[in-house]
Amino acid sequence: MSILNRLIGPRVPVPELQSHWTRYALPTLSISLARICLLVSLFLPYWHIKLKAPQYPRKDLQLNAYINRVEGDMREINGLNHYIGMRPLDEAAKFEKAIGVWGIIALVLLMESAMFIHSRWAALLLIPVILLPVFFIGDLYYWLQLFGQNLDPHAPLSSSIKPFTPPPLGEGVIGQFKTIAWQGYGLWLAWAAAGLCVISLLLHRRAYKPLFDQMKRDDAKSQGASCAA
Amino acid sequence: MRWNNFIRCTRSTITKFVIAAAASATLCSFASAQNKVELSGGQLSELQKVAADRGLNVDDLLAAAKTYTPSGKLDEYITFASGGHSGQIFVIGVPSMRQLRTIAVFTPEPWQGYGYGVGEEVLKEGDLDENHKLRWGDTHHPALSETNGEYDGQFLFIGDKANARIAVIDLRDFETKQILKNPVTLSDHGCGFVTPNSEYVIEGGQYANPIGMGYAPIEDYKKSYRGMCTLWKFDRAKGRIDKSKSFAIELPPYHQDLFDAGKVASDGLIFGNSFNAEAAYGAIEKGQPPLEAAASQKDMDYMHVIDWKKAEKLVADGKAETINGFQVLRLPTLIKEGVLYFIPEPKSPHGVDVTPDGEYVIVSGKLDPHVTVYSTAKIKAAIASGNVKSHDEYGVPILDFDATKEVQVELGLGPLHTQFDDKGYAYTSLFLDSAVCRWTLGGRYASLHPEKPWTVVGKVPMQYNIGHLVCAEGDTTTPDGKFMIGMNKWSVDRFFPTGPLLPQNFQLVDISKTGDTMKALYDLPIGNGEPHYAQMIKADKLKPFEVYPEVGYNPHTMSVDPKAPMPGDEKVVKEADGKVHVYMTVVRSHFSPENIEVNEGDAVVFHLTNMEQAPDATHGFCIAGFNINLSLEPGEYASFEMKADRAGTYPFYCTEFCSALHLEMMGYFQIKPKAATAQAK
Repeated sequence: MSILNRLIGPRVPVPELQSHWTRYALPTLSISLARICLLVSLFLPYWHIKLKAPQYPRKDLQLNAYINRVEGDMREINGLNHYIGMRPLDEAAKFEKAIGVWGIIALVLLMESAMFIHSRWAALLLIPVILLPVFFIGDLYYWLQLFGQNLDPHAPLSSSIKPFTPPPLGEGVIGQFKTIAWQGYGLWLAWAAAGLCVISLLLHRRAYKPLFDQMKRDDAKSQGASCAA
Repeated sequence: MRWNNFIRCTRSTITKFVIAAAASATLCSFASAQNKVELSGGQLSELQKVAADRGLNVDDLLAAAKTYTPSGKLDEYITFASGGHSGQIFVIGVPSMRQLRTIAVFTPEPWQGYGYGVGEEVLKEGDLDENHKLRWGDTHHPALSETNGEYDGQFLFIGDKANARIAVIDLRDFETKQILKNPVTLSDHGCGFVTPNSEYVIEGGQYANPIGMGYAPIEDYKKSYRGMCTLWKFDRAKGRIDKSKSFAIELPPYHQDLFDAGKVASDGLIFGNSFNAEAAYGAIEKGQPPLEAAASQKDMDYMHVIDWKKAEKLVADGKAETINGFQVLRLPTLIKEGVLYFIPEPKSPHGVDVTPDGEYVIVSGKLDPHVTVYSTAKIKAAIASGNVKSHDEYGVPILDFDATKEVQVELGLGPLHTQFDDKGYAYTSLFLDSAVCRWTLGGRYASLHPEKPWTVVGKVPMQYNIGHLVCAEGDTTTPDGKFMIGMNKWSVDRFFPTGPLLPQNFQLVDISKTGDTMKALYDLPIGNGEPHYAQMIKADKLKPFEVYPEVGYNPHTMSVDPKAPMPGDEKVVKEADGKVHVYMTVVRSHFSPENIEVNEGDAVVFHLTNMEQAPDATHGFCIAGFNINLSLEPGEYASFEMKADRAGTYPFYCTEFCSALHLEMMGYFQIKPKAATAQAK
């Protein structure tokens, strides 16, 4: 068995495909759905945070984070943050925002290629997709604590606000502000894509493991035959 | 004693009150759901105790329930009242009767930063000439812009009686955008009233002048003095009056007074009254009867009927004469072309008010207890018949009184002004009786009320000496009823006496029920001016900016100003015009730059942008010693020029409390003495 065969796994014989069509279609289908989820998530916010304070009775301040940008009351929040010496929000996650869209497209291409890999190596291609939501929240936490913990000691209110890390999900309190953070539809879609990838791996194993084992056995047999010869 | 009665009042009365309170609470809060208020025994006795302690009866409690507006609830109507010789406009919520703000119009006002650096560009438009700056006005009649005879909530116009000027206020930011001096007269009263689609704003004259504001011996009064009615053409798209398309109509020197535009049935006509058909000018100092007597000798004065659509056409056809650069239609032209007619009205009248559908014009007697109701159909028929029996001494055709009159109704002493509601009632203020009279209209309005047409229904006393009155949308084609405010000139004993100068008294009256049921609900002291007329608009028709829509917005042009500094543009630089330009951004809680140094003698132009976009995040900017104070609302760009002509160090700071570090929001403006500058060189 060549290395290439080991990597991409066996092709499905036509009669087998005709007799068990759904078995082979299901893993491809769930990966396709996962691709759609990720592509749609490009257009939806991944994360929201709302700031409530008595001075803003009609409309809470809010930020909406997309995979490549942050929208919302940036100017107002930056204006408030300058009092406590927090850096402007635009400076956060610059690299992540810059590569965000291309990163998602790369993940989609990985999924695309995973559809043609019928060996266990397919898992390697899907693991980044499965880890995406976890990575997103982890990265968010990293930036929140980096910004919250590194306040300019010369800022006007540096003495009255201690460094803090707003919770990336759920409620927190900073000064007179109550913060409420929650996942956006984009992140839910990323979770869905991750789940679909896990499911597709299980379906993938059910479909291709027997064929792969068969291929190994055939290989061993043919090697044995050649040895005997 | 009232409160003893209250204590004795039975539980059933209280129950009635509770139900009524629930109903009015629903009304006040626009709540659609049934809001049933139930009082526990403890709450009821607390209410009774409060009422007893404060001397309140059940009517008082009901009035409180109809007007009390809890924190955070907004008013159903907004009233724009003139400020009289304060030169301003007051904005008042109804039914809470809370004064929301003043709109500075003809008089500088520092809180709004109007006339202390910024606003001068508007104020100086209204100056008589360079040497005669006018920095106050006498505002009388605010006029909301209309579409099809209904308030559209976009613009507000007001005249200055003292100097014959008109101002335009944009209701997106409640700021005065334009002031125009009438080039041909120095006196008006009936300003402004709008035609049904705000094509024109009418400025009715008052004291006759030699046309063009020149001199003529007073003995030549009849020959040289003239009255005036000016039609200011409003350009809605630009939000400005177009002076070049505006024109004045020459009138005999009869002291024209109030005007009103016809609508629906009488669209195209303007009605005005006058009170000096004698063309008297007094001369008490020469032993002649004083004007007040001399102008009241004849039994009749003249109601003026002007066909403004015909007048507009004459102007378009080049029939106007140009005086002081302004188009004037002269009397002979008006008479020849059938633009101007007179109708006798009982002497020294006041108020000329057109009913919602335009079928009637109501002129109040002032010295006569009647109102005279004219039929606009009969007026039109009389004009069309060409059957004119007499002319005044200037040749103006006089229509027959009996042929145009519908009815006269006796209301009481001193009838002045009339407003309307949705139930076919008219409301007329009675100055001498110190009351408002509700009476019934006839014609198509007769089916709207249960009483006989043209009869008095009831009166409500006013404290005291009522002038104008205003009903909810009460001078439009679709009045709302519900509320009326009596605008009383005297308050005498209604409030704590604030020295010999007392506030005026605005009294809110419930006019929601038919019959003799009007009840005064609330007194609002006006201690910052003397309002005359007001208009009350449904609050949801107004769509004001919450903040300026973009940062760098110039309220004068209502667009982003190319000169507005943005972050990064801050600098102090001498430009090609030889002036030092200061580009400054303003944000909580600092100005940038904070230290500015110029040389003595420099002309300095400040450009400031308030970077804020949060509602209410207004900053002030004052410079000590230079009479400079701006109000920079969120997003606003403002610019002013000053002369750095006194060497020294001048702190500047934010005058509007903006943040916890408001006091730290300051900087230094330094003017280097000439000697020091020379030395350095």
